[in-house]
Amino acid sequence: MGFIRKVWAIVGKDVAAELHTREMVSAMLVFAVLALLIFSFALDLRGTMARAAAPGVLWATVTFAGTLGLSRSLAREQQSGCIDGLLLAPVDRSAIFFGKALGNLLSMAVVEAVLLPLFSALFDVPLLRGGVLVVAALGTVGYAAVGTLLAAIAVNTRAREVMLPILLLPLALPALIAAVQATGGLVEGGGLAEVGGWVRLLVAYDLIVVAVAMVTFGYVVEE
Amino acid sequence: MVCWIEVHNLTRSFGPRLALAGVDLAVAAGESVTLVGPNGAGKTTLLRVLATLTRPTGGFVRIAGLDPARAGSEVRRKIGFLSHRTLLYEDLTAEQNLRFYARMYDLAGGDARIAGLLERVGLAARRHDLLRTFSRGMQQRLAVARAVLHRPQVLLLDEPYTGLDPEAALALTGLLAELAGEGCAVLLTTHDLERALAVGQRVAVLARGRVVYDAPGAETDPATFADLYRRLTCAACEDRGTQMHADERG
Repeated sequence: MGFIRKVWAIVGKDVAAELHTREMVSAMLVFAVLALLIFSFALDLRGTMARAAAPGVLWATVTFAGTLGLSRSLAREQQSGCIDGLLLAPVDRSAIFFGKALGNLLSMAVVEAVLLPLFSALFDVPLLRGGVLVVAALGTVGYAAVGTLLAAIAVNTRAREVMLPILLLPLALPALIAAVQATGGLVEGGGLAEVGGWVRLLVAYDLIVVAVAMVTFGYVVEE
Repeated sequence: MVCWIEVHNLTRSFGPRLALAGVDLAVAAGESVTLVGPNGAGKTTLLRVLATLTRPTGGFVRIAGLDPARAGSEVRRKIGFLSHRTLLYEDLTAEQNLRFYARMYDLAGGDARIAGLLERVGLAARRHDLLRTFSRGMQQRLAVARAVLHRPQVLLLDEPYTGLDPEAALALTGLLAELAGEGCAVLLTTHDLERALAVGQRVAVLARGRVVYDAPGAETDPATFADLYRRLTCAACEDRGTQMHADERG
């Protein structure tokens, strides 16, 4: 119970800080909407073209908006040495990982909650379906988990804003490919059973990433 | 006498640079020890090792009789640490900051403790203000409240008087004496030699990664301590120069 209480304390702290500043989620939202508009103009997203391009455009937008939030989330812990405050607390390092990862997941979920209806409305692509939401959730969990771990590494480097995407995108590629393929199959009218292989890949990726992050996060954040 | 802090032959190196070169120090329950030394002497490194934030390269460390390498979580529960940085979130209010740390330490009766401490450090009226609107001195006062929030047995303070006005400095001295009176072991660093003698029951000089002087504050003559400090730290510099010269020849 103590473990879960501390995870929620970290999530609650991040939510409270975000409610005061509104700088992280609003930046992610503005970026996501702008990216969506740029893609729509660049690719002329209408009719069958929209259906074909929707999964790629959606996940590219989520990925880059998420990277913005991940970088900011860990930078907040570096501010005034707050990461030392977390490390001083009598708490398992994996609780810090889960707290930060859940906070990042929440930010990305807010962005997706705006992005999916907007995308559906603008381009007439059926994204607000149960299957798509399941794939979106699985993809976002994996991305937030691996992103939180790598953001903790990148935040200690001098070029952290550049370092995070360089580290993150190659490692997140399996999840992104699976998410794009599964979303594509669902948008074309298929069910979850038809994209089961990609969904299983997403589940496996999530489990592996979370397990690795739990074990290694302490080494990453300690001196 | 129970020793809450025990350090023997403690070493810590950063690459080829030896920051701590065999520190021996003990602080008993209820004792207050002031650590002085020139910049780069290893004061902050020593405090970070004791706070479990930096791993030692070698030597023996016990905090409240526990080995930090084996019982890290239990040791951290007993430690209060004030660093150069406040370890506080600028995007939270004073009260939210303390409430967050109270949760992280499983503090029972946290609200009453938080209210009492905010009153004590003179920030009760600003409890709902964001930390980023505070002056450096006010942030430091809140950082002190954070460090003592969970009633630690061992209090490690790295230059705690930084940014405090005379009134707040006096209040901090009173708080430290009170905590020592309750059995807390206090180890603090400062560059102010007069304050070191006034605040610490014992004063230790750290130079070139070693404790080169350790004596009760009452037995140290304030009039001659500045000269003694200069001689001790200069001797350490000369040692370092000799060592560097030897290394170059070697």
